[in-house]
Amino acid sequence: MNIGVLAIQGAFAEHEQKLTALGADVFEIRQAKDLQNPMDGLILPGGESTVMGKLLQDLDLFDPLHKRIKEGLPVMGTCAGLILLAKQLADDDVVHFATMPVEVKRNAYGRQLGSFHTTHEMKGVGMIPMNFIRAPYVTKCTDEVEILAQVDEKIVAVQYKKQLGLAFHPEVTDCDKVHAYFLDMCQKR
Amino acid sequence: MSDNRYELNKQLAQMLKGGVIMDVTTPEQAKIAQEAGACAVMALERIPADIRAAGGVSRMSDPKMIQGIQEAVSIPVMAKCRIGHFAEAQILEAIEIDYIDESEVLSPADDVFHIDKTKFNVPFVCGAKDLGEALRRINEGASMIRTKGEPGTGDIVQAVRHMRKMNQEIAKLVSMREDELFQAAKELRVPYELVKQVYEEKRLPVVNFAAGGVATPADAALMMQLGAEGVFVGSGIFKSGNPAKRAAAIVQAVTNYNDAKLLAELSKDLGEAMVGINEQEIELLMAERGK
Repeated sequence: MNIGVLAIQGAFAEHEQKLTALGADVFEIRQAKDLQNPMDGLILPGGESTVMGKLLQDLDLFDPLHKRIKEGLPVMGTCAGLILLAKQLADDDVVHFATMPVEVKRNAYGRQLGSFHTTHEMKGVGMIPMNFIRAPYVTKCTDEVEILAQVDEKIVAVQYKKQLGLAFHPEVTDCDKVHAYFLDMCQKR
Repeated sequence: MSDNRYELNKQLAQMLKGGVIMDVTTPEQAKIAQEAGACAVMALERIPADIRAAGGVSRMSDPKMIQGIQEAVSIPVMAKCRIGHFAEAQILEAIEIDYIDESEVLSPADDVFHIDKTKFNVPFVCGAKDLGEALRRINEGASMIRTKGEPGTGDIVQAVRHMRKMNQEIAKLVSMREDELFQAAKELRVPYELVKQVYEEKRLPVVNFAAGGVATPADAALMMQLGAEGVFVGSGIFKSGNPAKRAAAIVQAVTNYNDAKLLAELSKDLGEAMVGINEQEIELLMAERGK
């Protein structure tokens, strides 16, 4: 299985390690020509959503990726990746792919002092470690969106069709269950 | 600081990888930096080139000025305190800064001791010229490292020297027999456990950025090809002719540092680069502060 990892800024290498260890073939997306690779799934990693949003446009990656996601390419967005997928942002008019009918609040837990670690249940995945780093959470979603995890009554993991959005960072923990879940999703495509 | 907190602090640095952290002195500059694609900003009253020109004692910036920048942008905001000045660091923690740079750019407050960074919940980044310095700072609680380079000069030679030295020393350590690590730890003046960790992971235990003297997209690409995981740009942007354009070009150069054709495009029409000073011409070597 071929998984493309958006590698323009942020913690993309950590995702690549997790996916490679699970047996997937991974390639990095840095420019439009990288999209010629066959792709069964896409990762939008953690990092800064403003940086990625800008570079997606500057590097002519936005339109082709937007089209592929709308056509049903399985995608997993973590933290900044979730922000890229959200149809609405609670505190910003600028949205990016806007393919997932959720509203997301950026930096919802405040600055770095608000970052935290917990262990919690994620539906279909089980108990997993969750690291929230200057994290967002989902403030609203429509009925078509399945809520996979809530921590302290905040929605932190959602699925809409083949799009998986997480407020936390499964790529920086020593647990690979979320990545296995995503690969399974790509397999069933 | 709990173990979890230290892990989260190291992980924030991981989220900054592949990005550019820019020095800014006003909320307006911070917005320009954010729009140009900075992954974080460093709030300070004077950029290093001006600190160098002005001389005198250089201190932590006015918290009000830093808070103005925190309100202006959504990306992480960093700020500098003097080496060893733990009271300045406490103040920066009180205003919930995202990262503290215990920096040789400011006048050192202590010529022997660095801050015990394990006593803080906010993360610290520190400069290092070589592996020993990096591991000593990590042992004190730093969760991110950058080369010292030579700030405010626009001259990349020292950042290159520091990055090459770090890589060479890591390669040497990795090539040792395991029973030689005890002596290596003694020579580096750091605990054995840290040396063992570098030996096993073949890299520093934290993220390592380039800093000090980056002025062009080519400088940024050079440092990335030498193994930097991201870049700090201080005086290079707002001391140049067209800051917004130069900033955006450096951001793209860090993402596609191996694509010379793209780098050629990015390097066109950027206006005047900062004038810069050669290392032989400077009287004050900031990199020699704090070892």
